[in-house]
Amino acid sequence: MQKKTRTRISPRVSMPMRDAVERGRMFSEVALGYSQEQAVAEAGRCLQCKKPTCIKGCPVDVDCKSFIRMVARKDLKGAFAKIKETNSLPAICGRVCPQENQCEKTCKLRPTGQPIAIGRLERFVADNYYARTSCEEETGGEACSVVDESRKVAAIGSGPSSLTLAGYLAANGVKVSVFEALHSPGGVLLYGIPEFRLPKSVVQREIDSLKNLQVDFLCNYVGGMSVTLPELFQQGYKAVFLGVGAGLPRFMKLPGESLIGVYSANEYLTRVNLMYGYKFPEYDTPVPPGKNVVVIGGGNVAMDAARTALRLGAERVRVVYRRTKGEMPARQEELEHALEEGIELEILSSPLSFHGDDQGVLNKVVLQRMELGKPDESGRRKPEPIEGDTFSLETDLAIMAVGTGANMVLTQTTPELKLNQRNYIWADPETGETSMNMVFAGGDIVTGAATVVEAMGAGRRAAREILRRLEG
Amino acid sequence: MGIIIQKRALIPKRVTEMTVKAPVIASKARPGNFVVMRLHMKGERIPLTIADADPEKGHIVIVYLVMGKTTALLDTMNEGDAILDICGPLGRPTRIEKKGTVACVGGGTGIAALHHIAKGNFQVGNKVVSVIGARSKDLLLFKPELEKISHQVLVSTDDGSLGHKGLVTEVLKEYLERDPEVKEGIGVGPVPMMRAVAEVAQPFGIRTLVSLNSIMVDGIGMCGSCRVNVGGEIRFACVEGPEFEASQVDFDELMMRLQAFRSQEKKSMELFEKKELL
Repeated sequence: MQKKTRTRISPRVSMPMRDAVERGRMFSEVALGYSQEQAVAEAGRCLQCKKPTCIKGCPVDVDCKSFIRMVARKDLKGAFAKIKETNSLPAICGRVCPQENQCEKTCKLRPTGQPIAIGRLERFVADNYYARTSCEEETGGEACSVVDESRKVAAIGSGPSSLTLAGYLAANGVKVSVFEALHSPGGVLLYGIPEFRLPKSVVQREIDSLKNLQVDFLCNYVGGMSVTLPELFQQGYKAVFLGVGAGLPRFMKLPGESLIGVYSANEYLTRVNLMYGYKFPEYDTPVPPGKNVVVIGGGNVAMDAARTALRLGAERVRVVYRRTKGEMPARQEELEHALEEGIELEILSSPLSFHGDDQGVLNKVVLQRMELGKPDESGRRKPEPIEGDTFSLETDLAIMAVGTGANMVLTQTTPELKLNQRNYIWADPETGETSMNMVFAGGDIVTGAATVVEAMGAGRRAAREILRRLEG
Repeated sequence: MGIIIQKRALIPKRVTEMTVKAPVIASKARPGNFVVMRLHMKGERIPLTIADADPEKGHIVIVYLVMGKTTALLDTMNEGDAILDICGPLGRPTRIEKKGTVACVGGGTGIAALHHIAKGNFQVGNKVVSVIGARSKDLLLFKPELEKISHQVLVSTDDGSLGHKGLVTEVLKEYLERDPEVKEGIGVGPVPMMRAVAEVAQPFGIRTLVSLNSIMVDGIGMCGSCRVNVGGEIRFACVEGPEFEASQVDFDELMMRLQAFRSQEKKSMELFEKKELL
């Protein structure tokens, strides 16, 4: 770069483009961006003028000369910082600025007809910096392997286990496609956990970070229905990860459980979280109103449902749990937050029946008083009914947060998958591999409802094994 | 995303047929399957039965009754417009096997959903007897389409403007009395009609299915909104249905649960009609 050969000016490095006929029918981006080699070659053409004129051409004073020098030296971080000194939106400017009328117009090489492709370099710096940042976010390491499109892995479901797997594999140069049945990715992080505990923007940031690592998200694809496992292998995927969750809500088989006003926590939370029902009628999906709310269950989902009901205008919210406060499976912090907000506990009680008016609208729940007996298999003292001691609560909204079962969409269309006794997918605890070769599974669909981080652990274990197989 | 290829008013302002480009769904759709659609970013998810599918063209056909805000909005969309999200195929497909004569009973908009099931039966070589009914001749859907794939099409109208004057189940009963070869019955239509199909078919001892239209949110077995009582058990219409053994279905409960959001649905529709909502 320092050699100033005025006699021969090499032509600009051309930008890879999508085929014109193909792209004319799709909205995928036309220009594909420089590779590192192309960017370094283009930056190497810069004369590094003593009195640069390119900067004068830029409405936001980007120090083109300096950042280009850094690109030539492969100092991506420095180049990004330099651009960011004056320009907040480099990835955007690199795409939509009319550089030919700005920096590239005032470039000293302009008279040769081959000015430095400053816009393309700016785009390169921004895109690659974001990808590297994502790489750091995913792996803690600075450089991620270049994604090799021929090493493809599919993940079904886009909850925490699949996202973790996708991050691990993408950072190691594996192309990952995540198939999601709903219209947005995130799984339980999106439909289950409420905004006040996990803002959707936080989930989105993680997903965007994965997109920067070239992870594809395909929404509205139902694993087992719109795409089957054999088809994925036919399409060239080398491995498939099943992270479809344990979303099937449980009910208690009690009289009146189908009355209008009795909902699963999943339905209630999905209407609010995924569908933005709290903004009805601006958003189309209604949420059942409740002034006097009863939530059945003592886990985090029960706390989420109770606190959501409070925020939607409930005057009174009671959490009904069959053991005592000390045995509640909810996180201590969630329980404390709920109590601070005014949620009441109705411990040592369990519903017996729901009652409604002649329109089938819930107005009362009858409960059984319980006492703690001897410890059961879980080591917790078993709740036992106190004979004859029942009571009732008036309520217009009862939310059942009594656990979930295996989602059956994939398993009922894939009979080859071995299940365990509880109808969850059987997977090798070490590798995550199922009874099908190169099909892995992890998260709630293997363990039953558990925590986000346990699902992530399973995603990571499976990713490590998949990588080992791809490389071995 | 699904581009609307063709829109056809079957009953103006009331029932519309749309052909939608959805190649993946079209290649997989089997009789009895449905899709869930969301029209816009603030939209709700609604289930619609797949009335027909052409895997070669990559098209599916849906038929809807304009009955709430989302279907009213859908009805303002035209050929070339895109449906934001279309997910499917969903639900367990109809179990279709060669078994002899099958009575396919449809009422109202349900006739469209019935069409795909009747077609599947016809294609495996069953004798298809379609029994369809509507309030009047002008409101009777899919008769020409069914004639192509049925050995016989029997019609009833409430006002007698075409076929038997009276209920579709009266025609069904009369046919079942006449033809002892009927091996299976399937009913798709309004809940009272499906209930009547169950009652009429019961004494003849033939396996009879009905396709239930309960309220859904996700359509993939996650929320339990669509739960129905079948044989005293809670079943999820989206992943265990939508078809169930007719004699086992608690139709009263289904009717009741379909009313769960009536006041909000009304409010949404009113605002839409006043153009205060998209």
